[in-house]
Amino acid sequence: MLSVASALLVLSACSGDSTPDEPENSASLLRVRLMTGQQYANTIAQVFGTDISNSVAPPLPPLNRTDGLLASGAAFVGVTSDQIQQIQQTAEAVAAKVVDEYHREFLISCKPASASEADTACAAEFLKETGRLLYRRDPGEAKVAELTEIAGTAADQTKDFYAGLALALETILISPEVLFIVDIAEPDPERPGEERLDAYSLASRLSFFLWNSAPDDELLRAAEIGELHDREGLDRTVTRMLASSRLEDGLRAFFDDMMAFDEFASLAKDPQVYPMVTGATLADAREQTLRTVIDHVITKDKDYRDLFTTRSTFMSMNLAALYGTPTTDGWVPYEFPEDGARSGLLTQVSFLAAHSHAVRSSPTRRGKAMRELFLCQKVPDPPPDVDFSALEDAGDVPTARERLQVHNTNPSCAGCHLITDPMGLSLENFDGAGGYRETENGVSLEISGELDGALYDSVAGLGEAMRNHPKLPYCLVNRMYAYGTGGPVSLRYDRALLDYFTERFAGQGYRVSDLLREITLSQAFSSVRPELLAEGTVANEIGTISSKLVDGQQ
Amino acid sequence: MSKLSRRRILRGMLNGSAVTVALPFLNCFLNENGTALASGAPIPQRFGTWSWGLGMSEAIFVPKKTGPNFDLPPEIASLAPIQKHINLFTNFHVFKDAAPNLCHHSGWVILRSGIAPMTSENRPGETIDVTVARKIGNETRFRSLSATATGDVRDSFSYENGNSVNAPEWSPLRFYERLFGTGFQDPNASEFKPDPRVMVRKSSLSTVLEETRALNKELGTEDRARLDQYFTGLRDLERRFDLQLTKPDPREACIVTDRPQDLPSGLDANLVAERHRMMTDLMLMAVACDQTRVFNMFYASAFSATTKPGYDKPHHTATHEEAVDEALQCQPNVSWYTRRAMEEWAYYVQALADFGEGDGSLLDNSLIYATTDQSFAKIHGIEGIPMFTAGRAGGKIRTGLHIDGGGSPGCRLGYTAMHLMGLDVPSWGDKSNNTSKEIGEILA
Repeated sequence: MLSVASALLVLSACSGDSTPDEPENSASLLRVRLMTGQQYANTIAQVFGTDISNSVAPPLPPLNRTDGLLASGAAFVGVTSDQIQQIQQTAEAVAAKVVDEYHREFLISCKPASASEADTACAAEFLKETGRLLYRRDPGEAKVAELTEIAGTAADQTKDFYAGLALALETILISPEVLFIVDIAEPDPERPGEERLDAYSLASRLSFFLWNSAPDDELLRAAEIGELHDREGLDRTVTRMLASSRLEDGLRAFFDDMMAFDEFASLAKDPQVYPMVTGATLADAREQTLRTVIDHVITKDKDYRDLFTTRSTFMSMNLAALYGTPTTDGWVPYEFPEDGARSGLLTQVSFLAAHSHAVRSSPTRRGKAMRELFLCQKVPDPPPDVDFSALEDAGDVPTARERLQVHNTNPSCAGCHLITDPMGLSLENFDGAGGYRETENGVSLEISGELDGALYDSVAGLGEAMRNHPKLPYCLVNRMYAYGTGGPVSLRYDRALLDYFTERFAGQGYRVSDLLREITLSQAFSSVRPELLAEGTVANEIGTISSKLVDGQQ
Repeated sequence: MSKLSRRRILRGMLNGSAVTVALPFLNCFLNENGTALASGAPIPQRFGTWSWGLGMSEAIFVPKKTGPNFDLPPEIASLAPIQKHINLFTNFHVFKDAAPNLCHHSGWVILRSGIAPMTSENRPGETIDVTVARKIGNETRFRSLSATATGDVRDSFSYENGNSVNAPEWSPLRFYERLFGTGFQDPNASEFKPDPRVMVRKSSLSTVLEETRALNKELGTEDRARLDQYFTGLRDLERRFDLQLTKPDPREACIVTDRPQDLPSGLDANLVAERHRMMTDLMLMAVACDQTRVFNMFYASAFSATTKPGYDKPHHTATHEEAVDEALQCQPNVSWYTRRAMEEWAYYVQALADFGEGDGSLLDNSLIYATTDQSFAKIHGIEGIPMFTAGRAGGKIRTGLHIDGGGSPGCRLGYTAMHLMGLDVPSWGDKSNNTSKEIGEILA
């Protein structure tokens, strides 16, 4: 066992630096993930085209943020009867489009002998090809035959080959094997007694991680011919995937999730207080940050930590007024001025506005977000019996710093506010919509502060302190590994592994592209930790549990 | 009254003006004594929920008088036009027992599921609407429907279990498409032709059921429960396909309205009110068309962030940071928010009353259960959490009453509601919330 593990490490450590080895026996859990709405949309777009994916709303439920990621919630979420009905309705809409007179010309490669009758050969051909892409594995002859029979019966009943084909396609689109991304294990021939993901599960894991979508034909082929279980073959595949333009889809989805940008779906600012800020402004603020991140970590392949100090970004017309700068139409590269207050993600409108109230800024929310989103620290909820009388009696104080100081008079509040407020207050030069201000209520703002021992006296200093915070790279590693393997990390099993990845990340200059390679090529990524397998082998009578669900005893 | 003029009136309602209209139920739709539809089917029972955020200002919310003809203190003055249709329940408690008091969470979770949650992420059981829908939601196109006035897809109080939320409709346009777009069968259409494709859909479900069963065998316990739930959902789908193959009974009050405009996102109280009215009108039309008999309407979330134009504190923030005005006996801005919620509650109840059905209205054949998350939000109080019902549940309950619970479990109301909806449950609620005592005062 040891020899195999070290052999793997020789390969992955070929860049020559002397970092520790991947922990022996590192492995990840088998997961059953529900596709996210975006993954569903991307998959439909990939198989049938964006005009079809854009014509339907993904029918999947919202996810519970779990250990910092919505994506991790997908490993636990259930589908209600109500949602299955919506999944079915969407399947109907997608299938109808695929076979309509326009799309059938290029989406269905064969022609039936007669458009008003069943055609077994043509139906089987389409269902085998399409089924493989949607099931993300070879559906097998029996499944194809079954689907072909559905298409045939339906064609007979509707006197329409294409209507029949659409009904068979609907059947695929409501299959749990399509909507759930189910990891399947097999014995690992190179490590007797251990298990690994089967090739198709590994293909899906890679694909949903790096592309936020189902595997393409080439990736499935790589799985079919055993490439993914071959060290060099996997390396080739990962190299191809990282070079693909679809990596941007994958990383956008990851950072959008990690930065909790789902908040933007319902974010709005009070138009009386912030008349310049409309829905379009906020949508562009989200886009601006995503563009900044993608440009930084993919296009320029720079040190991840520098995202917290960089002045490079992109500007749009909708944002220009809020940033107080002229611009031209469309998205254009933009540098925040050297002598200005803005540098790094924390000073972009997306962060500032998302973690504020509709009518004013919130140092507490901003500080909490910094810790939770970027440092993976958890800030406790406020105590239920908190006494706010001190705050009321504080009277009309001009600035947030003074408003929040009164919390410190209450020991049960002070503890947590000391965790969040000092950093949040350093961003008080930015109002609740992210606009710059010198003063609040006519009083100039004091923005010096401290972040876990690092003292600073400017907003740029806060960015530096974040950039150099030891938890910053570790947190990205934590979130990225969880995201890639489809569920939250285990501090019991994964601590050493995360430390290992973090050291490798540091050794390679904190480049995200290297981290993606390290994770996807690691033993942990494709090996299976056995806990859940053992208890999952007892056969269960599905009818019993189903009837319990019906009776409401669940 | 011609169909055309009714449609015009309803459109007027959709635009937000509170026109009171009684839609006469034509005799041909009814049997002679007006208790059943002409087909012989009884007029269905409906169960709805409604929710508002952050409780009340007790001193100006709770009437002095109990029983009928109770007084309407300032915070609920807007309920005057609908007072006869509702019951108000005060001085009922929810109990957290050993569980922590989870701010803005314990209250609604207990009133909707009967169980005190252990963490703020935790929803410990299925909610009452889901339980009721298992009983009365099997004969309509949708088992239940949920909608929110907040524009936020995360705002729902309807759960099949802790990990499975019934996500609400949040966009009027999307909601309209779901209700009246593809798949809608007008119950009043003169012709009914079953779609042969539905037969195929139904029979091909066996393939998917088999896949689910096979997949299930390979999984661990928790994932198996999720696949079991999927299996149950597919069986439910089978039932809905059967319904599509059956000619629906005519529904006089069912008149499909025009496609609405979508609204911008945001929580300005006026915008929320407008969205609430649009979603209410769509939801109740779906009920009138018998597309569902269980429906959840969400006016504001537990941490309600509704804003008041020109005031710097959203509702939740204001509950904690605004001082109590001793003369007014309330936090004035907080009370402003609660009053806006009560205006919307009045709109909702009136809208139900405006749909004619049988000898009375849709409201007469419905029971609406309205809850909030706190009693006095300023201190996260859950004792004396207020509740409402509206409607007469087909004549089974009296309305227009103010009931003092004397500190008994708030879960009594949910328990009573379940009985009224025909569920034979011996008791409801966990630990101190457990009750097997109905609120007898409201029973007819």
